[in-house]
Amino acid sequence: MIAEIRKIVVQIDAIHHEMGRTIEPATRRAVAMAVIANPYAGRFSDNLDSLTTIGEELGGLLGAKCVEALGIKPEQAQSYGKAAIVGEAGELEHAAALLHPKMGATLRQAVSRGAALVPSAKKMGGLGTAIDVPLGHKEAAFVRSHFDAIEARISDAPRANEIVVAIAVTDSGRPLPRVGGLQAHEIKGQDGLR
Amino acid sequence: MITIRRILTHVEDTFHEFGPAPAKPLRRGAIAAILTNPFAGRFVPDIAPFMEELKPVGLMLAQKLISGLQCAAADVQGYGKAAIVGAAGELEHGALWHAPGGYGMREALGWKGAAAQDGRARPGNALAIVPSTKKVAGPGATIDVPLTHLNASYVRSHLDAIEVRIPGAPTAHEVAYILVMSLGPRIHERLGGLRVDEINRWDGQR
Repeated sequence: MIAEIRKIVVQIDAIHHEMGRTIEPATRRAVAMAVIANPYAGRFSDNLDSLTTIGEELGGLLGAKCVEALGIKPEQAQSYGKAAIVGEAGELEHAAALLHPKMGATLRQAVSRGAALVPSAKKMGGLGTAIDVPLGHKEAAFVRSHFDAIEARISDAPRANEIVVAIAVTDSGRPLPRVGGLQAHEIKGQDGLR
Repeated sequence: MITIRRILTHVEDTFHEFGPAPAKPLRRGAIAAILTNPFAGRFVPDIAPFMEELKPVGLMLAQKLISGLQCAAADVQGYGKAAIVGAAGELEHGALWHAPGGYGMREALGWKGAAAQDGRARPGNALAIVPSTKKVAGPGATIDVPLTHLNASYVRSHLDAIEVRIPGAPTAHEVAYILVMSLGPRIHERLGGLRVDEINRWDGQR
């Protein structure tokens, strides 16, 4: 692994009641975050291949951390998302290099498959900056019950020369979905959309 | 009547912090239960009986956190607790957590084990007072939860804190009760003071 990881944080957010209603089983969202050294901090580099390789490594590592923390089999994962917060000595494109070229493939392995686009967010930030990681159903992006987000934040990161990378995985949709649209049981599962 | 709306579990591994990487990463964790505040919105003089109802919550959260840390109870070295009371509650509602949170966690860590029964204090007893913080605050507020060594409060290497924050909670009529644990001292602790292997009084302090 070429990623130089200072810290890994894993959170599970379980909702048992919402608006007076019991949620049984509880909806559960996991988010796994890694604080990595930014190999391109403080300089412009045309080539961002190191970050792309790190993104490939972290897609698998953080995806597996989420699945492990949820205590589920990979195929029981229902939705996913990804995000990065770049410290101030880096640039937004560094987040893109991590997230887009190669992270999706290893993340999909960690959750057994995934036809749908992995929704993403990115920003520049300082210590304790929060980012809302978008969530979408892993087989069909239009499943409305699974449109959601979970906040990722590490109180002491990213330092200027660091990047916070976050992967979110759930075993459920929102707690009380009732705004219609495509339902999970209606997924055709061919094009990643419906 | 206890209604837990949500449970947030947080586990973190620190692999390095400037300087050389420690032989073993430091693992720390926090767990927060967000529940309905039964006393929100009005002054209730007699709130103490609620502590009895919270006892199983303290034990359950401690056990869940140990499970999240993927360790044995004997591996836990430091602990702390906290409460965040939503805007329609009062600070005293946070204080309800002292006994059930503290004693529940100490029970899960061995305080009521064999060592307690023969009256001889020894490591693993969870002898130290559980350090704490509390506040009244809105959803997403952060709270710094103190950590100290679980057998002797004066062990300097284990004096630490961990920040806890629950996005979206507590709402006005909720309260968040929090427990935290660490599996080791600060990374690169090097400021002397009482060492773990120097604990000798077993009075919870030294």
